[in-house]
Amino acid sequence: MSDEAATTRKSFLTPFNVVAGIIVILGLIVTVLRFTGGLGSVTNLSDYNPWGIWIGFDLLVGVALAAGGFVTSAAVYIFGMKKYHSAVRPAILTGFLGYALVVVALNYDVGRPWRLPYPFIVQQGTTSLLFEVAACVALYLTVLFIEFSPAAMEWLGLKRARSLVVRLTLLLTIFGVVLSTLHQSSLGALFLIAPAKLHPLWYSPYLPVFFFVSAIIAGLSMVIFESTLSHRYFVHKMDEAHLKEKDTVALGFGKAASLVLAGYFITKVIGISEGNNWHLLGTPYGLWFLVELLGFVALPCFLYAVGVRDKNIKLIRWTAAWTVLGIMVNRLNISLVAFNWHLPSSERYFPHWMEIVISVFLVTVGLIAFRFIVTRMPILYSHPDYEDH
Amino acid sequence: MSITRRKFLGWLGAATAGTTLGKTAGAASNKHFSGYAKSMGVLFDNTRCIGCRKCEEGCNTVNQLPAPDRPFDDLSVLDTQRRTTAKEYTIVNRYDDTDAGHVKVLGPLFRKVQCNHCLEPACASACFVRAFTKTPKGAVIYDASVCVGCRYCMIACPFEIPTYEYDKALEPRIMKCTMCYPRIVKGLLPGCVQACPTEALTFGRRENLLKDARERILKFPDRYVDHIYGENEMGGTSWLYLSAVPFKKIGLREDLGVTPAPKLTSGALSAVPIVVGLWPVLLTGIYAMSKRKEKIANEETARAVADAVEQTNAAAAAKHAKEMEQVQKLKQKEIENAVKKALEAAARPKPEEASDTQPEEADQKPSEEDS
Repeated sequence: MSDEAATTRKSFLTPFNVVAGIIVILGLIVTVLRFTGGLGSVTNLSDYNPWGIWIGFDLLVGVALAAGGFVTSAAVYIFGMKKYHSAVRPAILTGFLGYALVVVALNYDVGRPWRLPYPFIVQQGTTSLLFEVAACVALYLTVLFIEFSPAAMEWLGLKRARSLVVRLTLLLTIFGVVLSTLHQSSLGALFLIAPAKLHPLWYSPYLPVFFFVSAIIAGLSMVIFESTLSHRYFVHKMDEAHLKEKDTVALGFGKAASLVLAGYFITKVIGISEGNNWHLLGTPYGLWFLVELLGFVALPCFLYAVGVRDKNIKLIRWTAAWTVLGIMVNRLNISLVAFNWHLPSSERYFPHWMEIVISVFLVTVGLIAFRFIVTRMPILYSHPDYEDH
Repeated sequence: MSITRRKFLGWLGAATAGTTLGKTAGAASNKHFSGYAKSMGVLFDNTRCIGCRKCEEGCNTVNQLPAPDRPFDDLSVLDTQRRTTAKEYTIVNRYDDTDAGHVKVLGPLFRKVQCNHCLEPACASACFVRAFTKTPKGAVIYDASVCVGCRYCMIACPFEIPTYEYDKALEPRIMKCTMCYPRIVKGLLPGCVQACPTEALTFGRRENLLKDARERILKFPDRYVDHIYGENEMGGTSWLYLSAVPFKKIGLREDLGVTPAPKLTSGALSAVPIVVGLWPVLLTGIYAMSKRKEKIANEETARAVADAVEQTNAAAAAKHAKEMEQVQKLKQKEIENAVKKALEAAARPKPEEASDTQPEEADQKPSEEDS
């Protein structure tokens, strides 16, 4: 450890640190502007466009991409796929950081962030899908924190607390799946109340189902994607089990992702049918919809399948990255691109550069936190003093 | 004491509304909520509106809103399409394309834009702190003291009415028309209605306004489109519109449907308790199955290992026995050869002695090999 600290101190001015440092400084400046000048001073939000990328990207994409935690822990602890055990901790960590940053982002977006507990302690608006989202995200963040805590406790040497938490694993996993099912789907259901504003190709009574199923795809793909990056940058932190299971995880999760993508594709087609929106496919919005459906759903479904058949890990990894991009495209389509499609272009929203700064800033903070944790805590390796759980 | 049929039905209606609605916006049910009994509304008739913006001024005054950028008597602001803003609860727009079939319209038409005060408001249904209330008076009012500022009401509103104070850092509020609720509870007219010089706005009980509107259409069928906008749109609104031209020509959407907003999300909400109730059962079941599979697999492995060990042992034993047999045979042969040789060598002097000693040797040798 001391050796490690010495090297990091020596090479503090790495490209990553310099870029991350600049982003963090910019982010802090915009943060000050946001909380002194209000939303109007740093965003392009308007009365027509009350939600921008802090909701479209930070909340919707963030939550979807953090689904790896519940997907992986369910696979290992509920479905009994022990061969993916080494993927659990990185996935839980990614999920925990993802959700934590979602909550941080919400503090930027809402007008009076100190009132965020109000829906729970002052007045409950239970007819609101947002209430469900808020309740589940708050609870699930807590669950993820507890699920993550054994790693921190091993690091800190809190043996007794650790063994207590580990005993809760199955309960926490089930709770996590229930909460994830609810809020992943209700993020889609948020838009059910606005059929007049969302383009009919994207609006569907199945929106909650679409969001839940695509969150599973996002979770599976993020685990592969994240393990690829971890392997590139933190390979020295990985133990034998991780290195050995790395390809097993890619193959297994790639296979699952291909299957779920196939199901998702079919339900999306059923969605077009349900609304009888076939005629809209020929419009510009329809073409963009087809890009999403064929390019970001059908294509990765096929590529994953080929990759698994040929045991082509490289292809699976590229497909994972492509699928993650596809999830972003989908969430941004629903919240921004196809939302308010009826308005003239002059009234449409495009993010202010300072909104982008905050989003990039939060992702960077996530990366820094991820690096801080994996270089210290037993995430990519098993702690020698503790048995796996 | 005379209970008229109307009164009785009114009570019945109120009771039904009370039980189905409770304090919040309507939840999912198969009952159609047609508004609080005796609730108030406003009827806007665009054949009477002259676009003078007096209503905007009246609204601004009674609600103590900030002074406008351009004075209210400056009618050139009508050259651009406007919407409600955080400083303007209501605005008037001019529509020049008013050519419409059977109806003879001379010149442009105007429409006043403000909150329509839905019978089952989308904003109230969407708000996660219940900052919005549909009052029995008909007004949809907002309570800034609980508002978090999430702006989901603005997403939800099909009429794009709520606005937000984007320039406020600490206490941004949602700003929208209140139907001058503080005034109407005192028996006063809403600011805009009071200011209107042409009676383009009529304030009254919604049920009466509907009758009034129908009468106007009946009386002047060539002056109006045969539709009262707001009677059923989004489940009905307290603000009603009469128009000389199709409503989409005066910026009112005709594709909103008649489903009240809360119904749009009630299905998704009703799935919540089902997921909470059934998911743990399903997941525990899957867990039990995977556990059992694992147990069986372990047992099978153990059995297979035991079998394999047994088989290997048996095979080894058989092989050993066979080898032993061969060795025995060789020995036997050797012995026989030796005996033969001995016999030949002895050339028959003492044949009994030789046959006595040979068996002893044969007994000893295999036992040495065994160990």
